[in-house]
Amino acid sequence: MTNVLVCVKRVPDSTSEVVLTDDGQAVDGRYAGFTTSAHEECAVELAAQVTGADGGEATVLTLGDDDAVEQLRSSLAVGCHAATHVVAEAHRFGPADVAREIAAVVREHEAAGRSHDLILLGNDAADSGDFQVGIRLAYELGRPVVNGVNQVSVADGVVTAQGAGPEGHETYRVPLPAVVTVLEGGVEPRYPSVQGRMKAKKVAIEQRTPATEPAGPDRVRLLLPPPAPSDVQILGKGADAAPAVVDVLEKLGVLSR
Amino acid sequence: MTLVLVEIDAGGVIEVSRETLTFARSLGDLVDAVVVGDLGDAARDQLASYGVRTVHHATGEAFDAYAGAAWAAAVQAGLRASGATHLLAAGTPRGMEVLAHVAAREDVPMAANVLSAEGSDPIVVTRQVVGGAALEEMRLAQSPTVLTVAGHAVEPRPADAPGAADVVDLAVDVSEADLVARVVSTEEPEPDLSGGLRSARVVVGAGRGAGSADGFGELLELTELLDASLGVSRVVTSLGWRPHHEQVGQTGSRISPDLYIPCGISGAIQHWAGCSSAKNILAINTDPDAPMVTKATYAVIGDLHEVVPAINAEIRRRRAG
Ligand SMILES: Cc1cc2nc3c(=O)[nH]c(=O)nc-3n(C[C@H](O)[C@H](O)[C@H](O)COP(=O)(O)OP(=O)(O)OC[C@H]3O[C@@H](n4cnc5c(N)ncnc54)[C@H](O)[C@@H]3O)c2cc1C
Ligand SMILES: Nc1ncnc2c1ncn2[C@@H]1O[C@H](COP(=O)(O)O)[C@@H](O)[C@H]1O
Repeated sequence: MTNVLVCVKRVPDSTSEVVLTDDGQAVDGRYAGFTTSAHEECAVELAAQVTGADGGEATVLTLGDDDAVEQLRSSLAVGCHAATHVVAEAHRFGPADVAREIAAVVREHEAAGRSHDLILLGNDAADSGDFQVGIRLAYELGRPVVNGVNQVSVADGVVTAQGAGPEGHETYRVPLPAVVTVLEGGVEPRYPSVQGRMKAKKVAIEQRTPATEPAGPDRVRLLLPPPAPSDVQILGKGADAAPAVVDVLEKLGVLSR
Repeated sequence: MTLVLVEIDAGGVIEVSRETLTFARSLGDLVDAVVVGDLGDAARDQLASYGVRTVHHATGEAFDAYAGAAWAAAVQAGLRASGATHLLAAGTPRGMEVLAHVAAREDVPMAANVLSAEGSDPIVVTRQVVGGAALEEMRLAQSPTVLTVAGHAVEPRPADAPGAADVVDLAVDVSEADLVARVVSTEEPEPDLSGGLRSARVVVGAGRGAGSADGFGELLELTELLDASLGVSRVVTSLGWRPHHEQVGQTGSRISPDLYIPCGISGAIQHWAGCSSAKNILAINTDPDAPMVTKATYAVIGDLHEVVPAINAEIRRRRAG
């Protein structure tokens, strides 16, 4: 049985236009809505697969404001069994602060007899993109860390993790306890079933306050890149534009053959 | 002194590491490099031409297979040997990982995906966040300042005066714990066919809009009709629809064709980093406000699964006529 902790972050949906808060310290998600990043959805799926295979427990953790409970509930609906909510404003925490808070939860759970043999995180958060919380967490806990993989399985107390490296498809085999950071693409996150959603509603979520005062990120401010001036020539709409497109291809001399 | 973790492949110093060396010189200090594993004469000569003073070289059994923590130990040894106060790497998966290890071990912050740096004491960097849709100004007040440089943020340019690039072997203290998480096997890489993509005169691009692995038929047909290469977004490679060597962007190839035809690609900054030197861009997208459309030279608004077959048919009609 493997007990897994998977860390997810509530992030503004950035597929539409990004708006900043007035103080320039965070992305304002009030208009676009919030989501969990693709890497972390895959980490949740891997947590569900690992524990589904050997009867272990998957706990989902987030550090975020009250509304971040939504991310916990949706993870519970797709295979996580328990949830821990460190209630705090995530944008006031730097990556080292977040790692310290996750480590504090792990240590406290462990002291209470709930070990987390495998900790899964995303490779990078979709908003702050610091690329480091998992690695810092591993050092906090004195555990080995494998980074940026998209397939994870556990057997006999050893985690096998695989992903793309510069020289080909790489395999790591690391004894538990360990930390692994996940990239999307290796597994397809499942859709929540009605049953899953019902179950998720009933789970009691452990609420905590931060263990220590955050040092804060070293952020001066966020800014939006200046919009690029556009002088695009629209050739038309749909299939009707084809002749105009081919005229352009001819003009550019790329059709000659 | 600035120290750059340089990555090397069969072709020598990889392009993004050369960009990072160029960025490092702009900080004004002397530049040293740290290399883990095979170096080779060609790479050493490149490091000299990029102005590197000393190459701190870590070799030995501990580095036969990749282990992020062991590499970090080598970089830390490089920091001590060079006395560097700034540590840089390219924003590759390896660069991000190793520098995050170093930052954790040195207990200093790390800034990922930096585009520019200003001032000293403290250095304030501007870096990409929210997938490049926003920028963050970040203060790096502790020493060493640790940062990764976003791919293709600067042009790689050799130094006006070459450096000595003296190779000095590093004595690295690798602990057993540093080797626990190491690569135990590497499978045959996909053949790297990206050379053709990088030098192609015409590139047909495909993104999430292709819809599925089966959605490439008409795009491949257009590619063939134009004697072009196919380039794709990271979404497409992540989802396994197409192989990684076809990826264009910050973590893929940089292309500079006469014409790029991105179909169903939104034009995220990381993709743009790889295609911005195309001389003409003809975007096909359902969304008239997609960044790729507004930055393009020409655009067609519509479903690529309707537009592309119509273009293919029109090309064939004119060729027949
Ligand atoms: C560190 C880092 C490095 C990265 N490196 C890269 C990189 O090297 N290369 C890269 O590409 N990305 C990279 N990315 C990812 C990048 O941020 C974007 O997520 C990605 O480029 C988006 O791919 P896309 O345009 O295919 O998908 P989306 O952003 O989802 O866009 C799909 C587009 O297709 C349009 N569309 C949908 N259906 C149709 C249809 N039927 N017909 C026509 N149009 C349609 C939509 O309007 C939309 O504009 C990187 C990200 C990070 C954080
Ligand atoms: N506030 C948070 N709550 C829970 N997990 C987090 C939080 N911030 C970061 N993480 C985890 O750490 C990963 C890497 O984040 P980062 O280093 O900030 O890019 C994310 O993908 C998450 O899995």
